[in-house]
Amino acid sequence: MLEAILTMSLLAAIFGVILGYVATRFRIKGDPVVDKIDAILPQTQCGQCSFPGCRPYAEAIAKGEADINQCPPGGEATIVALADLLGLDPKPLNPENGIEAEEKTVVYIDEKVCIGCTLCIQACPVDAILGAAKQMHTVIASECTGCDLCIPPCPVECIHIIPVEEDISTWRWPSPTQAGAEITPDTQTTVTE
Amino acid sequence: MQSKHKLFNFHGGLHLPGHKEISTGQAIGDVFIPSRLVLPLQQHIGESSEATVKEGDPVLKGQIIAKANGYVSVPLHAPTSGTVSQIIEQPVPHPSGLSATCIVIKPDGKDEWIDLDSSADYRQMDPSALRNRIRDAGIVGLGGAGFPSFIKLNPGAKTAIDELIINAAECEPYITCDDMLMRERAEDVINGIRIMKHALQARRCLIGIEDNKPEAHAALKDACSKLGIDDIEIISIPTLYPAGGEKQLIKVLTGKESPSHGLPLDVGVVCQNVATAAAIYQAVTYNKPLISRIVTLTGEGIKQPGNHEVLIGTPVDEWITYCGGYHDSIKRLVMGGPMMGFNLGTDKIPIIKTSNCVLAFGEGEADAQEQQAMPCIRCGACMDVCPAQLLPQQLYWQAYARDFDKIQDYNLFDCIECGCCSYVCPSQIPLVQYYRFAKTEIWALERDKKKSDRARLRHEFRLERLEKEKKEREERMRKKKAALKTGKDEKTKDSKKDAIEAALERVREKQKKSQTQTKNIDNLSAEQQKKIDDIDARRNQEQKDSTS
Repeated sequence: MLEAILTMSLLAAIFGVILGYVATRFRIKGDPVVDKIDAILPQTQCGQCSFPGCRPYAEAIAKGEADINQCPPGGEATIVALADLLGLDPKPLNPENGIEAEEKTVVYIDEKVCIGCTLCIQACPVDAILGAAKQMHTVIASECTGCDLCIPPCPVECIHIIPVEEDISTWRWPSPTQAGAEITPDTQTTVTE
Repeated sequence: MQSKHKLFNFHGGLHLPGHKEISTGQAIGDVFIPSRLVLPLQQHIGESSEATVKEGDPVLKGQIIAKANGYVSVPLHAPTSGTVSQIIEQPVPHPSGLSATCIVIKPDGKDEWIDLDSSADYRQMDPSALRNRIRDAGIVGLGGAGFPSFIKLNPGAKTAIDELIINAAECEPYITCDDMLMRERAEDVINGIRIMKHALQARRCLIGIEDNKPEAHAALKDACSKLGIDDIEIISIPTLYPAGGEKQLIKVLTGKESPSHGLPLDVGVVCQNVATAAAIYQAVTYNKPLISRIVTLTGEGIKQPGNHEVLIGTPVDEWITYCGGYHDSIKRLVMGGPMMGFNLGTDKIPIIKTSNCVLAFGEGEADAQEQQAMPCIRCGACMDVCPAQLLPQQLYWQAYARDFDKIQDYNLFDCIECGCCSYVCPSQIPLVQYYRFAKTEIWALERDKKKSDRARLRHEFRLERLEKEKKEREERMRKKKAALKTGKDEKTKDSKKDAIEAALERVREKQKKSQTQTKNIDNLSAEQQKKIDDIDARRNQEQKDSTS
């Protein structure tokens, strides 16, 4: 009887030590779900979702505090991807957060008007504006996410939104279905009806 | 001997009406110099070249006007002598019809060459010197893709090349530029092949030529026997589109299959086009850069179809006018062949290194593009003809549904866009358009992903920086408060004095240092000193002028 109790306690102690060690040694740092959600979000850091950046929004989604349809820059594609990841039903974008932009934009500083106040530099979430106090500022267009956060603080309204122009390296073939000539599987059903 | 070579079959393929006789009736036309030459900086796969001339510069024929920019890049040369009139955005041959940066040269009509180095013997050159020479001549694959040729000739020390395969199949209907090149300049081709074989140290060399080109075949054979060469096999292969696809030709000649997402190099094969071989011969032996190429002008919409040697940068409209112009029946202009080419919205674009054919469809020629597409009936004809052994129907559904993950499970990127599936589709669905659409969408998504990853990094770095700055500020505040507290106890004046004293000490030290340091105007050469004196003299003069 005593033997059995001793054996069981010993086993419990050994396994306890192993489990305790493994729990610290192989601890997963951070929340992997948050990382996955964050990877889907477009990283514009624009705050239109009502959270201060993409990561906080991802955390809120993971906790169930935010819905998946609050990201206007990501639009439908992001909502579908999030729904896929989290096993939810996709829903249309919440209009309170904004509307999905039709084309990508960046901002441009009219350098003749800029007074060098640095307010836009402080507002930029990705450090894409270059300049110093009382010096002209400029936007690094390749790093600009088009979040437009720099526009409200500008006291002289020298920041303008310009569309990203398509060149040969970024050009995409149009979808043949958009061309409209084809009878598609969707229209086919209406034809047979 | 050659008939003994065992041939293999690739999957699918189509027997297409050739229409080659339209443009093989006459000899290759001479070079003409147009009123202006438009040279896009991007004429090859890889980084675009970087202009080394500016507006107004005079240039000589063969002079470098744009240098290679990175490894996967080649320089660009002036095709004739003249002046650089503009460097501007111009429409270029591209399905998008968009513009790109071009150097525009106004020829002076003298056609004056730069000093060409004396001819060289490739046998005395080591492979790396050969490759440099080929790169400096701006040679890219002339079969259509335009990959810099010198890279293909650099397999790396570890890879032994079993076969050098020369693509002389020219399988696409209407196009005859390689055919005519082989008929008329077979010796250039054979010599170029020998240079490539030497550069690659390839074990053997096979030329694959479709059996609808007996004249070219005979010309190559004659050239071989004339030059006394017996280590190049000229192999006639059955005419079956797309036998001239790189992977298909390798399969036919060797039975080897290049891996999916891989290169022919992975199976010990290098494949080059015949026109590239001829250009390499000119570059290595005479040091002549790639400034012209043979282009087919054909179709029922053209009055005098044929092949011409055309300077790179020649505007298509000027060239066609020079060749007799259009028939009134012209319906559609295509760059490339009827299967893989793309429609041109305008003829005010230049011929570039990769342009092999300009095709003007006339009234009578079939025009599938105008037929209405019908629903897919799942007949599977597309699958039977696919030379890449893909499932075109599945790819179509996924592209239609915009499921860009799943479409890659069906190996979208192994599609060579040969157009066989669209050609046989009884519902006239523009299948290849769907695949092209899906490919560019996937590339766009990848670009977006890369950009958002970078934005995330930058944002995280910014947060980190702000955090650090905040901590530093707090630390400073804390120290100041502590100093104030201790200052009340001791004599505040003393500590202030000390601080001033310390600052003065630092300044003194700095001054000492700067005195001992050599200045950048010490130890000048006589030439530099003279320059400085000149500048000083000029400044004094200017000052005097302004005061007087």
